[in-house]
Amino acid sequence: MEIMAALYGAVMKHDPANPYWAERDRFVLSKGHGVLAYYSALAETGYFSTDELKNFEIDGGPLGGHPVLDMSRGMEFSSGSLGMGLSFGLGIALTSRTHNVPFNVYVLLGDGECNEGSVWEAAMAASHYKLGNLIAIVDRNNLQYDGTNDKVMDLMDFKMKWQSFGWEAVEADGHNIPEIYHALSNKKRSSDKPYVIIAHTIKGNGVSFMEHQRDWHHNRLTQAQYDQAVMELKERYAKEEGDFSC
Amino acid sequence: MLEINAVNSRIWSKLGSRGSFGVAMHDLGKSVEEIILVTADLGVLTGLTRFMDSYPNKFINTGIAEQNMIGIAAGMAKEGHNVFATTYATFITMRSYEQVRLNLAYMNLNVTLVGSGSGLVMGLSGNSHYGIEDIALMRSLPGMVVLSPADGAEVIKSVYAAAAHPGPVYIRLTGGMNNPIVYTEEYDFQIGKSVKLKEGDDVTLFATGTMVHESLMAAQLLQEQGIEAAVVNMHTIKPLDRAAIEQACLSSKLIVTVEEHGVIGGLGSAVAEYKSTLASSPPQLLIGLPDYFGKMGEYAYLLEKYGLTGKKIAETVINKFKEIAK
Repeated sequence: MEIMAALYGAVMKHDPANPYWAERDRFVLSKGHGVLAYYSALAETGYFSTDELKNFEIDGGPLGGHPVLDMSRGMEFSSGSLGMGLSFGLGIALTSRTHNVPFNVYVLLGDGECNEGSVWEAAMAASHYKLGNLIAIVDRNNLQYDGTNDKVMDLMDFKMKWQSFGWEAVEADGHNIPEIYHALSNKKRSSDKPYVIIAHTIKGNGVSFMEHQRDWHHNRLTQAQYDQAVMELKERYAKEEGDFSC
Repeated sequence: MLEINAVNSRIWSKLGSRGSFGVAMHDLGKSVEEIILVTADLGVLTGLTRFMDSYPNKFINTGIAEQNMIGIAAGMAKEGHNVFATTYATFITMRSYEQVRLNLAYMNLNVTLVGSGSGLVMGLSGNSHYGIEDIALMRSLPGMVVLSPADGAEVIKSVYAAAAHPGPVYIRLTGGMNNPIVYTEEYDFQIGKSVKLKEGDDVTLFATGTMVHESLMAAQLLQEQGIEAAVVNMHTIKPLDRAAIEQACLSSKLIVTVEEHGVIGGLGSAVAEYKSTLASSPPQLLIGLPDYFGKMGEYAYLLEKYGLTGKKIAETVINKFKEIAK
């Protein structure tokens, strides 16, 4: 959520009134299951009304459990199958050159998703093509369906993996918006290397009964759980408000 | 636009389906601004050297990484490029099948896949290199157009038609170099509209790819035996030319499908699926590859072994024709 807030709220060059603007920065949600944060960011910034969020996962509706390409709503990619977004983003990033239009492409991946070999095919090609306008953000919550990353498939020295594929890699606290903002706005980074931010996160962050619980990968709240979650989040963000200074 | 005439057809026949594809791509590189050609380390082998030399800024090589190739092609197509992606038929349709499904079919993006070396032409390379399930896989994807040209001239027609078609297309290239010639003059090629090459009231042979020429040979042999066979070039397998099937079912006593592809899921299956919906229709003979992985061998040996030559096709049709006449 904080990553989306930083991207849509501050980092990305975009205009919700003109979703086809050629120079807009593009965002690709490779981890399609992160869809609620995505829809919320799109609605909050004006791609569609926040009322439409109530239509999440309704029969025949446009806001399904994984996003579907819909440029009028600012959605640039159909996802749901992991390991595909980085290649797609890479293809888009190349067109900045072929069409001679400046823009960045941001791709959000999950860490479990990086088990997929296709992610590394794309990682290899992105540095080969010197795509400085391709920025990957990995949501490093160390959790996948069958347990922690280390147990299911150890990613080992994850930062070094990206670096050895020719990427400029940094780490950040994925819940600290100023920190993500600064990492994404890094002016000193190389212009001919793709750039990755490994954003350390906690699944279900800020809600005591959700944190680190894989059951909350996809689940429904009762009214009591909802009230508690909102209360806990409000308390937390009341404390943090005002910290955001760039 | 490259013109079909006797001289060009001879050149394209010599070059074979891959070489003809290279000729058409080079022409598109010149005439279509948004063209991009992507390959997975098979540019030289697919006859694309001239394109690579002439249009280096329109050419992307992803290395031996077909899944990434499809993702890149899709991303570029979404931004308005008219993308062609190519490698061997078996790899482009199978290694990257889910990428094709999600990126191209689901998002309906303007990418043409060109599968070279389809059917049995990879000969001694063995089954790993044969394209014998590609029609089945591609035609089951919603919105995917499937083309299977009969000779070099039709490869060129197919490439132009695919470039003008806004959604995803799969072009299946069969046959090797010195491919038999079917067309020596201009004709009307439209996606979804088959071409009747010979009239005949007894039997209709629906053929695709290299089997069009073999079916024309077979029809000649059948005529010598007193059986009048129509030959229809099904260059488009999807969308299927239903009207042509319906019409054939009105007059023919036997419908025959001929393809260099497994009998499960290919042209034969597509025809049978539609034919089964008709109130009455003649029986169908499906000529294609059996449901097992055979031993490898030279291309000509394999065609002979699996009954995919004009002579063998005629024999199989005669036997079936006699059987149903009883």
